[in-house]
Order: sequence, then structure tokens, then C-alpha cells
Amino acid sequence: MSTETSTWAHVCALEDIPLLGSRVVSADAGDIAIFRTDGDRVFAVHDKCPHKGGPLSQGIVHGDTVTCPLHSWKIKLESGEAVAPDVGCTRGFDVKVENGQVLLKA
Amino acid sequence: MEKKRLVMVGNGMAGCRTLEELLKIAPEMYDITVFGAEPHPNYNRILLSPVLAGEMTVQDIILNDWDWYRDNNITLHTGKKIVKIDRKARKVFADDGTEAEYDRLLLATGSNPFILPVPGKDLPGVIAYRDIADTDAMIEAAATRKHAVVIGAGLLGLEAANGLALRGMQVTVVHLAPWIMERQLDKPSADMLQASLEKKGLAFLLEKQTESLIAGADGRVSAVRFKSGETIPADLVVMAAGIRPNTTLAESAGIHCNRGIVVNDTLQTYDPKIYAVGECVNHRGIAYGLVAPLFEQAKVCANHLAQYGIGTYKGSVTSTKLKVTGIDVFSAGNFMGGPGCDDIVLHDPAGGVYKRLVLEGERLVGACLYGDTADGSWYFQLIKDGQDIHAVRDHLMFGQNHLGDVGHKGQTQAASMPDSAEVCGCNGVCKGTIVKAIKEKGLFSLDDVRKHTKASSSCGSCTGLVEQILASCVGGAYTPADSSSKPMCGCTDMNHGDVRAAIRDRHMIDIPTVMRELKWKTPNGCASCRPALNYYLISTWPHEAKDDAQSRFINERAHANIQKDGTYSVVPRMWGGLTTPGELRAIADAAEKYKVPTVKVTGGQRIDLLGVKKDDLPAMWADFAKAGMVSGHAYGKSLRTVKTCVGAEHCRFGTQLSMGMGVKLEKMLFGMYSPHKVKLAVSGCPRNCAEAGIKDVGVIGVESGYEIYVAGNGGIKTEVAQFFCKVASDDEVMEYSGAFLQLYREEGWYLERTVHYIERVGLDYVKGKVVDDAENRKALYERLLFALQDYKDPWLERAEADAKSELGREFRTIAIKQAMKA
Repeated sequence: MSTETSTWAHVCALEDIPLLGSRVVSADAGDIAIFRTDGDRVFAVHDKCPHKGGPLSQGIVHGDTVTCPLHSWKIKLESGEAVAPDVGCTRGFDVKVENGQVLLKA
Repeated sequence: MEKKRLVMVGNGMAGCRTLEELLKIAPEMYDITVFGAEPHPNYNRILLSPVLAGEMTVQDIILNDWDWYRDNNITLHTGKKIVKIDRKARKVFADDGTEAEYDRLLLATGSNPFILPVPGKDLPGVIAYRDIADTDAMIEAAATRKHAVVIGAGLLGLEAANGLALRGMQVTVVHLAPWIMERQLDKPSADMLQASLEKKGLAFLLEKQTESLIAGADGRVSAVRFKSGETIPADLVVMAAGIRPNTTLAESAGIHCNRGIVVNDTLQTYDPKIYAVGECVNHRGIAYGLVAPLFEQAKVCANHLAQYGIGTYKGSVTSTKLKVTGIDVFSAGNFMGGPGCDDIVLHDPAGGVYKRLVLEGERLVGACLYGDTADGSWYFQLIKDGQDIHAVRDHLMFGQNHLGDVGHKGQTQAASMPDSAEVCGCNGVCKGTIVKAIKEKGLFSLDDVRKHTKASSSCGSCTGLVEQILASCVGGAYTPADSSSKPMCGCTDMNHGDVRAAIRDRHMIDIPTVMRELKWKTPNGCASCRPALNYYLISTWPHEAKDDAQSRFINERAHANIQKDGTYSVVPRMWGGLTTPGELRAIADAAEKYKVPTVKVTGGQRIDLLGVKKDDLPAMWADFAKAGMVSGHAYGKSLRTVKTCVGAEHCRFGTQLSMGMGVKLEKMLFGMYSPHKVKLAVSGCPRNCAEAGIKDVGVIGVESGYEIYVAGNGGIKTEVAQFFCKVASDDEVMEYSGAFLQLYREEGWYLERTVHYIERVGLDYVKGKVVDDAENRKALYERLLFALQDYKDPWLERAEADAKSELGREFRTIAIKQAMKA
């Protein structure tokens, strides 16, 4: 029995995520932050800042970047990488929107 | 679309800085070609003295190495001097025949040393001090020859003299004026500097006019003759009698020059396709020779080259900060004083310290420091900002640290701190880390240091120290930013004041409009400007502008304080620090029900529940609402607490009912958002048990009424509140405090505490608006009450919404397993 690759799990409706905001999904891998940016693009990253583990989901979203609420590191949502001069990376997850529903690759 | 061609003539600091600024904002706009007459990439000319003195090598002072030009696709021609501009064909020609066409031309030709027009000026052994080649020539001469004469005792001349002396030459400095460095120092400080340099072996001849340079038998220079008839031996003569803007090329092309290439406030010359920056420029009649103004020009010029069309250069107030043979010297503004000016002077010849502050009325207009320049940047800031110093006049001479920077008292000598000393206590950054970043990354500004090291980026109390370190590393290349013209953040070139004014004048009520109208550079701003804009909108247009939750910091969005582990702390309001058995029971129940790990009494006389999960917040709030309790806004840039003492209600010393007064104030101000947090206190008598002296508004009851104090602060830097006024009744306390806070709400910059607001605008100004002008006071008070009317407890609002699964649902975590079923 294989649960790998293309299992997409339904998370919520796109509109359940505030524009320029996020929702938190609790998964086996830990909390995942799902962001909705300007233009309704959706990103998912591990909800832990590479700096001191701050919950990125609670940060301010601007462009395709979120600013961590604890010490203002900026994390690129597409890659999970910190914006220079900070160095670090948080894990990203595949996520997509279909018919207004947000799906996460489990 | 084809790229435009930008050609730059001159490969020095001002020009390269312009390119850097341009590449930052419009990296793809131009194909860039650079011509430099010297065979080097851009280097830091200010650091030629340490090279001459043998403390650094040429490699150490390179600012942009060859890779930088390559990485940015810049075509670089070094060792090629542009000799002709054909403005019709838009083409430049180099001395070796190289040509380049341009759409925009940037002239950054710098300056030439002024060579005295005396016989013998062209003899071998007579040189200027301007570039790496001159420095090499001096190093070479020092190895084989004995007598050096430096003509000109300005900044450059003294550094040359010092370097040559260190390399073993006998150096005589000749100067026309009655004292050395007369453009940077007054006579007493110049005399101190001269005495100290004489001790190191330099000789000085003042008020001497050079008549001719005499050749020896070998054809090289051998002596200097003065008008007075004396002659002194000289194997090497260094001309350091000033610089002249290099305008030869521009003039030959018919571009209007007048002691510099004349430019307008956008750094454009009389030919609209040609811009000019740096020492070659005459802007509003001034040719600047210091690096800081040139960097300001670079920024504005880049902005216009990028066709942003905003930003003008209006000239600079300059300061000089330098080290001559290890002695710190600083001057800024009108340090010579004159009619209508007062001098405050500290003169300690034995201790080697001299400080002169020049005041005009209640403003600092000039400063001249010798020996101890730690406060130079602070004085410079006061001069630039034209700040009213009336309140600190007594202490001004003793510097900023004397004003009570508790974090770093006594640490005025950044240069003497060991590398291991911690500078930034918030982020644990030590001096060595900062110095390394400054040197390796080529940082010039406080913002850069903040970005790269995090030092001074949290509470900011070490800012002065970081500035000192920066100044000691980059010397004259550093000037403190002018706080009044500093942009809000990287998303705009406008400062807080301009943005506030635009929002008010153009009646803008939402963030997208502001960003569109004011041409924000980023699609939705950043975590710095969005909360500021949101505050400006809701405070300027109450009940009209819509509060944007996503532009608030998480604490104000979640109405609780985020903690290091991502949990939250919850503080219910206790009006005036009063509570009841019922409220305490509700708090105890909530603490048990939601398994709160820590319960703590706060400094603001209430109770903090720490470690609450975000998912639990709405339910906890609903429970508190049932017990009649509301948000304490312990998380907001808003009214925090009104601390009270027991007062005349119970206390045998009490003169006023302080608890009652405190509760009334807190109820009036409930839900008041402000530029930063606001704390009040009411004491019932002058014993002041509620500590009203360190609050934004402190009220102290006396027999005949109340004294009101404002702009105190107990945090990062303890600031004692200043006496504001005395009033007779409770109603007046409400009106005066309310009006003061409304003025702060309307004029304060985001994240500016009342103390900093008053520091900026002056206490007299605020008194004039609130105490002296009854009509204005009433109007302010009414605007405050209007803004606060119908404010609903945010906890109740969210608890209700959560029950209906609207607003509150974003508080809830989505469980993936439940989601998988769908």
C-alpha cells in the first residue's frame, strides 16, 4: 500500500485563508503554514523560522515574503530561504489551488 | 525594448556609489560603461592616509573590485582618460581613441589638487596628494630622502605630513593662515592639535607665503623660498593647498561651469542628457569635498537616472570627523560663532580635550570637538534637525550618555573597546563582529550595519555606540542619517512626516491607495511600513479608514502577546489596577481551564496568563467577557495601563482620589491606538507611589488640584517626565491629557514614543498647542473622543465572530487528518 507522491490532501477553501495572511495545518511532519499572497498565489512552508523557530504563519506577508514575528527575519515563501544577509532555510511543501480549494501534497 | 546606454566618466567614490544606487533600483535599465583615468578599480580615497602611514595596503582600500564590475555587466575602461564629449552625436572619446555612445552621460570627474602657481612647481620632487600614484611617489621618496615640506595644513596636508614623518622624514608643514585646519577648527583647538603634532616631530611654519621652489644641482627640488626671504631645505614638496573641481572636460564640451559643473537639485547639468555628481559639481554655489554629501547626491542622481523622478538634493550640512595621528577631531556647522551666538566651551589643555558648542537662541548651530569626539554624531544630528535644546541645555556639553542611556553609560570610547565587548545586548553582537562586517562588506551606514549584524536593530539603545564604531572604521565616510529626511523604509523615499501629510491632505483612506498614489516601490510594502500606514490611516480618518488586520503586527492581530515558543500571553484589563473577587475568580478559572503554565503579576498592576495556545484564545476571551472583563491591550501600540496609588480613598497622605481619577482616564482612553504604546499613572500626593514621573502622561495630585507631567519613559532609556501644566479639576485632567495624547496621535511617527516625539518637536510647541491655546485644546480633545466613540472590546468581537465561525476561524489550526477525509 503506497501513500506516496501524488496524494493531494484537501485543506480548506482559498477564501478561508485571509488575503496576505495564512492558516496553520497540523500534519505529521509538524505545523505547516499555508500563505495566500497578493494575486491569490498560495505557498506552504514548515511553520518554523530557521532562526529561532518562530511561527512564520503569524508574520506579516508582503510580496512573496513573510517577516517572522519574533525577530523579523524575512523568508521567501517560494524557496523557504531567508532573505540576505540572513542565512537559513525552512522546508517547503507542494500546494495548489483547484476550483477554489487548497490542496496540499501529503 | 533595447537598453539605454549610460556612460560614466570618472571611476571614483561618488560615481560608483551612483551606479550602486542605480543598480539597486533599476538593475536592467542601462548598459553601463565606465571610464577611469587611474589604472585601479574604485577605491576609498579617504583611506589613502593609512596607506601612506603604512597601516593599510592598496588592496585593503578597494571598494568595488574587478568582480563587481563584471558581475553587474559593467564595461570598465581603466587607465583611459576621456578627452572629448560630442554632445550632438552623444559620444565620448578617450585619449587612446576608445569611443562610446551614450543616452545618458554621468560626469564624476572629481577634483584636481590646487598647484600653487609659483616658479619651480613643475620640478621633479614636487607632487600633489590625490591618488594612489601620488601615495606611491611619497612612499618612494620617503625611502631615500630626508626633508619633506608640505604646503597647506588642511586635512589632507596634515595626514600627508603625518604619514611622511612615520616613514622617517623630517617634515615641515607650511601654512598661509594664522592657524592650522582653519576651515575645520577654531584657534584654541588648532593650537592643541599643532602642539600635539609638534611633539610627534612635525615642524610648523604659519602665515608663510611660498614664493618659489628652488632646484638643486641634480635638477630636483631642493628648497622652498618664502616671500619673507627665508629658505628651508626640501627634497620632497607636497602641494596640499586645496582642491579644485575638475571641470576641464565639461567646459571643453560647452557645459555650463562655474567653479564646478553647475547642476540643479536633480544633479542634472545644463545638458539634460548629462548628469554630474561628486567633487566636480557646483550645487547651489557649493562644491562639496566630503564623502557624505557626495553619497547623498549619488542617491538622488540614481533616482533620476532610473526615471523615478522623485527625490531632490537640497544641499548638505557637513561635518568633519577625522583622526590625525590618533587624535580625534570633529567639527560641524557654524563652529566659529559670531554675533547673536552663545558659546559653551570646555577647555582642558592638560587632558587634551576641547569642546566648543555654538548656540543661536535655543538651537545648536555649530560644534568643534578635539580629543573626545564621541558625541560628535549626536551634536551633528541636533544641528541638522534644528532641534530645540532648551530642555537639555544644562547637560549638552556632557554629551548624550549624560542624558541617561543606562545601557551604555561610560562607554563613550568605542575605539578603545576590545573586540570581544558586547555592543548589542538584545542580539548578542560584539564589537569585533561589527567591525568585521563593516570592513568585509564595505558598509557605510547604520542601516547597513543593522541589516548585516542585527546590532542596534531591536531596542536601539546601542545605536550611539554602533554609530561610533562605524565612524571609527570608515572615518569621514560616515555621517549620521538626517532623521527628519530618512525614508520610512526601503519601499519608499518619503519620510514619515511626508506620508502622514499626504494621507491627511489627499484624504486617503486605504493602504492600496496610499501605495499607488505615493508610488510605493514594492507591491504590498513590508513589515515596517504596512503597520505604520495602517496606523496613520485609522488615526487620521477614524471611522472612515478601514483597519487592515493583515497590516498589523501579530500581537495586534491576535489581540495577545506572542511569546518565544509561539504561544500567547493574555492580560485582561483591570481599570486603574483595581479588581474584584469575581474577576480574580474568573482569571483563576481560566488559568485552570486552559492549563495556563504561568500566571504573573505585571508591572502595570494586572495579571498576565502566559503560555496560551492560539486555538484557545477565542474561548478564553468568551469566558472573560462573561465575567465582564475586556482586553488589556497589553500587546498594542495603544493605551496600556493607568497605574494608580491608593490615594485619598484610603491613604492618610492622599490629597486626591487617585484610583477614581485613574479609572476615569483609563475608561476614556480605552481602545486608543497610538504611534507607540502609551502608559499613564495617577498618584494621590507628591510622594508619587504610582511612579508618574516615568509615564507618557503622569498625574500627581496636590492639595489644590493636579500636576500633569508628560513624555516620561521607564523602558530602554529611563526618561523623567517633564512638567506640563497644573490644573484644578478632574475634568481638566481628562481634557489636558486627552488633548496632549491626541496631538501625539496626530503628529507622532509610528514607533515614536511620546518622549521622542517631544524631543523632535519641542515641549514648548506642544504646550503652545495644548496648554496655551484653549480652543485648539478643546478641538483636539473632541477629535480624540470622536475617534474613540463606539469602540468595541476586540476580545468580545472576536469571541462572537468565532462562535459564528467568521473572523475567528483563522485562529484555529486545521488538522490534516480531518482534512484528508474531504
